[in-house]
Amino acid sequence: MNPNEVARTCIRLRYNKRGVIRFTSHRDVARIWERALRRTGLPVAQTEGFSPRAKLHFGFALSTGYESDAEYIDVDFNAAQLVPELVLEALVGMLPEGMAATGAVVLERGSTSLQQAVTCCDWDIELLHATCADLAKWVEQVLGAATLMITRERKGQQIADDLAPQVRALEVGEPTSRGVRLLATLGTQPRAARPTELLTATEPHYCPVLVRRTRQWIEQEGARLEPLEVGAAPALHTLVGVQ
Amino acid sequence: MSLWPELELLLPDVAKPARYIGGEGGMLRPEHHHSKVAWLLTYPDTYEIGLPNQGLQILYEILNEASNAVAERAYAPWVDMEAQMRSAGLPLFSVDTHRSAADFDVLAFNLSAELVYTNVLNCINLAGVRVRAEERASHDLLIGAGGHCTYNPEPLADFVDFFVLGDGEEVVSEINAVVCDWKQAGKRSRHEVLRALATVDGVYVPSLYEVTYEGAALVSVVPKFDDVPSVVEKRTVADLSAWPYPKNQLVPLTEVVHDRLNVEVFRGCTRGCRFCQAGMITRPVRERPASQVRTMIAGGLARTGYDEVALTSLSTADYSGIEEAVAVAMSGCGAASSIGVSHEPVPVSVSLPSLRVDAFTVGLAAQIQQVRRTGLTFAPEAGSWRMRKVINKLIDERDLYGAVESAFYQGWRRMKLYFLTGLPTETDEDTLAIGELARKCVELGRVHTKNPSVTVSLGGFVPKPFTPFQWFGQNTVAELQRKVFLLRDSIKRHRGVQMKWHDPRASLAEGIASRGDRRVGRVIQDVWEQGGTFQEWSEHFEHDRWVSAMERHGLSLDWYVYRHRTQDEVLPWDHISAGLHKDFLWQDWRDGLNEVGLEDCRWTPCYDCGACTGYSIEHIVASAVPPAGGSQGTGQVPTSYEPLAAAKPAEVKVQLGVSGTKATS
Repeated sequence: MNPNEVARTCIRLRYNKRGVIRFTSHRDVARIWERALRRTGLPVAQTEGFSPRAKLHFGFALSTGYESDAEYIDVDFNAAQLVPELVLEALVGMLPEGMAATGAVVLERGSTSLQQAVTCCDWDIELLHATCADLAKWVEQVLGAATLMITRERKGQQIADDLAPQVRALEVGEPTSRGVRLLATLGTQPRAARPTELLTATEPHYCPVLVRRTRQWIEQEGARLEPLEVGAAPALHTLVGVQ
Repeated sequence: MSLWPELELLLPDVAKPARYIGGEGGMLRPEHHHSKVAWLLTYPDTYEIGLPNQGLQILYEILNEASNAVAERAYAPWVDMEAQMRSAGLPLFSVDTHRSAADFDVLAFNLSAELVYTNVLNCINLAGVRVRAEERASHDLLIGAGGHCTYNPEPLADFVDFFVLGDGEEVVSEINAVVCDWKQAGKRSRHEVLRALATVDGVYVPSLYEVTYEGAALVSVVPKFDDVPSVVEKRTVADLSAWPYPKNQLVPLTEVVHDRLNVEVFRGCTRGCRFCQAGMITRPVRERPASQVRTMIAGGLARTGYDEVALTSLSTADYSGIEEAVAVAMSGCGAASSIGVSHEPVPVSVSLPSLRVDAFTVGLAAQIQQVRRTGLTFAPEAGSWRMRKVINKLIDERDLYGAVESAFYQGWRRMKLYFLTGLPTETDEDTLAIGELARKCVELGRVHTKNPSVTVSLGGFVPKPFTPFQWFGQNTVAELQRKVFLLRDSIKRHRGVQMKWHDPRASLAEGIASRGDRRVGRVIQDVWEQGGTFQEWSEHFEHDRWVSAMERHGLSLDWYVYRHRTQDEVLPWDHISAGLHKDFLWQDWRDGLNEVGLEDCRWTPCYDCGACTGYSIEHIVASAVPPAGGSQGTGQVPTSYEPLAAAKPAEVKVQLGVSGTKATS
């Protein structure tokens, strides 16, 4: 290690995003984290150059309007050692209402980035004006389809993509006061499939009233691990937060 | 009762839904009670523009601290959200607890710009209230308004129940007490509460005045009752240190303009620029004590987590303790690590809006050694020295070029210069001098940097009430357009000079609303009824709506906007007072035409404009002498300007950061 190099510790944090704050964008959330971390006074590493910024690494962007119980952020600190539980403690009351850090681990140097490592996500989708019976038929149709062609806009071009390989699991959940819940596991590689894309992939098109990401998964050697379980070192510091 | 369950169904289909969610750091959830007056403080523009407004945040805190008041906030919904709200039958709502406007007693607007007037009507209508005050029922929401535009309240007189003039910190509680009594008594008589409000100093109730015209001319605006004042005087907070607000600046969840900690270092300005309404109506200068500024910076940074602080005022480099304040702000990272980890100082960037143009300012900018380097903005306002004498923006060329060269020398490559066109006595020579000035700046820059760039930002001058230029006939749209193109064509030849300009047609609409009398209200209502909201947004502004509405109501553009007004005529705002003697303003107008400058009275003897003497208050300025390094209006001889050597010393770092913005006149 270069003697001039500052000792670094990277902490992976899990957090949730619930309630009215779900209407903030990914960019908004990045700024919210920058302010929250500054308020803790923790030595967050900064980028070099004219416009230094906190070294934060985010996972897959959550669409504006979606809730989540499983968002992750990797934060570089200028510290040789840092106890993850204390980072969690320092963050108490620093994030706005509806957001809270629920878990933290020290990340091994050279860990794969969240965007590359995460392979699928679980979604809990509340559909307006749907019945269990109709939705069951729809689910059957989706799972039975050989292809699910959707069009996506990429770099200003309309591109056709097949969503079928990304639908890992799909089932009808419980009815709610407004409709029915749909539980889905959707792949993220090479491009993350969104619940709204799934809902428009086949007729009839359902209207989601609330979409919540419940889990993100990293699949390694046949096992599904949540991002806090991967590369955590030492394991002692893993704290699985309240679900 | 919260409207959130209905509102959240609309949000997935609108742009920037975070505008409507509230949830800011520092937000309050006040408990409404029948013994408390409920205020809905409304900024009649988008959330991103309105949220940072300091006036609104100050009143929000003061009212919520009172035992007999609650206050929440609302902003004009953008057109997509408005359409959704109207089709779902939802009213204007607060972002704090998403309560309907109907749950409030007072709908109070901050008026910072005239082009938002149609939005005011739209918000009143969305609140479920008749837009014309005379049509309202006794128990309807009271519609109030404060802010700089209220110095000519007449264009909105038909729609607003009461206006508040000047600083709001003290008067808001007095108004609250009156409204509280009315509420306790069952809101029986609207006339009664308005009569009572008219007796509060600084409050103007337009419906209690009789307006008389003779043809196009305004003859008089006189009170209908003996206990209603014939002239309403503005309110002035004598000592800013008694009001360290906002104590908990709101930290929005989504990006807004001026998204940083803002600390007001002083209020008022006596530089005496003749086009500047803000400088005239906010006199005298009242500085906040340095120790309080320090506390507000340190506490604010720690609480908000911002890494940028703006020291705000109308001309921040004039603050007596400016160098120290900047030093404090830069080192002012508030939070100490709660878990005992060694903590490096987090770089804090400082922005100084509204900078004077001189070497001192650039030196100050250079002091800000870290964090973001943005462009540097100066506002010479006029291209020629002659023109600057007319407007009393006495920036000597030695100051100007000294500042510009110093900035390039210290590493800036981009610079933005603000100018006005359509000023009194302006000739084409003056207009073209703007291009010449910009060209010289680029030339100076070439000595120090490879690709210097200067952007000229040109606005059409709109004369404002309570300025020496209130009598001046605004340039026509065609004339402003001609000057813009004249300058644009002359600048084309100059490499490194860019130009941006405001739409002269929008200046016309602003002119109608700025100096109109009560009859202009019909025009504003007409434009609103034609769907003309968000008129300050170029994509929504429609010039023809304004012109045809003026025609429909038999009002002449020439009479209201273009003609020069005479000394003896009654001005629509003559029954309002900002303390300034009309004689003083007239003399200053004549002086302007004669190219006679007027010094800053902070450091030179009083010339009795009326702002201090009329209210028995005075400047609160820590330093008895003007800041060194600049001559503007101080009577100091500018240091002679010597070009700096081309070679840049190796140790000079180029990562300076300062951003300057100009308060638009």
